[in-house]
Amino acid sequence: MARFIFFRIIQAIATLIVLSAAVFFGTDLTGDAALAMAPGDARPEEIQQIRENLGLDRPAIIRYVDYLGGILVGDFGRSYNKRLPTSQLVLERVPNTIQLAVAALLIAVTIGIPLGILSAVKRDSFLDKLGKSFAILGMSMPQFWLAIILMWIFAVELNLLPVFGKEGLDPRYFVIPAFSIAVFTMAGFMRLTRSAMLEVLDSEYVKFARIKGLAEQLVIFKHALKNAVIPVLTFGGISFAGLLNGSIVVEVIFNWPGLGLLMLEGIRTRDVPIIEATILVSGFLYIIMSTLVDIAYAYVDPRIRYG
Amino acid sequence: MANQDLATPAPQAGQVTRVVQKARELRLPWIPIVVLVVLMVAAIFAPLLAPHDPGQLNKRDREVPPFETSKFLLGTDKSGKDILSRLIYGARTSVFISLVALGTGAVIGSAIGVMSGYFGGRTDVVLMRLVDAVLGFPTVLLALIIVAIAGGAGISNVIVAVAATVWARFARQARGEVLSIKERDFVTLAIVAGVSAPVIMWRHIFPNVINTVLIVISLLVGQTILLEASLSFLGVGVPPGDPAWGIMVSEGRDQIFEIWWLALFPGIAITVVVMAMNFFGDWLRDTLDPRLRRTR
Repeated sequence: MARFIFFRIIQAIATLIVLSAAVFFGTDLTGDAALAMAPGDARPEEIQQIRENLGLDRPAIIRYVDYLGGILVGDFGRSYNKRLPTSQLVLERVPNTIQLAVAALLIAVTIGIPLGILSAVKRDSFLDKLGKSFAILGMSMPQFWLAIILMWIFAVELNLLPVFGKEGLDPRYFVIPAFSIAVFTMAGFMRLTRSAMLEVLDSEYVKFARIKGLAEQLVIFKHALKNAVIPVLTFGGISFAGLLNGSIVVEVIFNWPGLGLLMLEGIRTRDVPIIEATILVSGFLYIIMSTLVDIAYAYVDPRIRYG
Repeated sequence: MANQDLATPAPQAGQVTRVVQKARELRLPWIPIVVLVVLMVAAIFAPLLAPHDPGQLNKRDREVPPFETSKFLLGTDKSGKDILSRLIYGARTSVFISLVALGTGAVIGSAIGVMSGYFGGRTDVVLMRLVDAVLGFPTVLLALIIVAIAGGAGISNVIVAVAATVWARFARQARGEVLSIKERDFVTLAIVAGVSAPVIMWRHIFPNVINTVLIVISLLVGQTILLEASLSFLGVGVPPGDPAWGIMVSEGRDQIFEIWWLALFPGIAITVVVMAMNFFGDWLRDTLDPRLRRTR
């Protein structure tokens, strides 16, 4: 187990280093930040001056090594446009994104899994068909559109919830954004729980439990669900990717002060330190999460540990 | 003569019934097929079908609500541009970007997959690690990284970004196929006959992978359309002002208080098309190659 965890962590670090190099050299190759920052009528000497101020006159490889060294002590450079340390700008955004993702995951799990169980138990019933259509719809609908429609209905027309923004942990601000992110993941949880449950319900030991005369509830929750949970758990790990995707888009819609919003501002204004830092931190969050899930999963299922 | 007259139509009728029967056996997904045909027709014949120029401003007909006049069936936006026309041209943008991006991803991905599977060894291990990393990574984030590296918004950058997220699926699938194909006799014989590796891959292996590649393409069209729309929506895709579904929804978001219909229709269009594509892809996979069932 220790070996497994060790290699998984080494792999995660390697991935992050590759990611940082790709973004660093990539942005360096395709655009001159000094040119983008300079006013339109700047003379070449002035552009050269900006370049020197930003330290861009040194070779890329040296700047990259410097940059990596800075990250180790929490220094991501200074934002070109906001004239503030990037680490400060990014770190104040991280909790907001995590809160949103956690809220979305909670909604997805608490609605998706019970719906999946219900669908499997009442197979081919009207409810099952309704659930299946909902799952297909949830996977085909663009999240950004769903978010806007919910905003229009509940915030604009019915005036029940705030339109956008965030006030601390006030739950009213969370409802629409978190739900819009959750729908895709929820549909996935539902489909998976349904198929895993169907498979288990068809097994010999469930038939035996029924023959034994156990109460139906006991059969479903104790015997079937316990065994159906492993594939659902794996999906929980994969779903972080979907949640992160969703939060980037939804943050922009609701002006949610998270990482995604900052990243887009960075891309639009070509604020390279911001682009670098937001991408690295998002990648870091994602890789940490999937590594943790992998480890938890290996713990639950010994076949993976030794496979 | 009379006999012949009687005899000739008979096999024709038989053929028709056979075709009908075959169609029934295949259980063609009619609704998705109709949706796709409508989409393709709209994309190809946009200039003929659109009632107005998608960029034309109509000062007297601003913010017309939908279903009010037959002149602007789905209404107009705040500068009087006809929404139906923009939707039709938007189909063109979506189809064009998705197909080019998917095509690029399919060619590069299956080439990498075929080589990876054929040569095996260390190259294979490294390439498949990369494939794993790309497959697991959040698609929107990955596409944003590519756009950021490529230097910002623009159609060609979106195509590169989308292709960069989809190639891995082709590589994974093609590699898996190649592993079993390369053990078959015709490949062994080609090697014994001294055929060079590139020729074996191109002439003997690749044709056997095409089926799988087609299935993966059909399974990914929906996702690709969604991704393109998301990027355009975020303002890093198709240039603003162009008729694209993602951009229309984004404009609709800014005007949600005044003209709700602007965001509504393009979203419905995306949902219907993606859903149809998903159904169609599932059907194609089940019909052509049921073994792939588990791989999704």
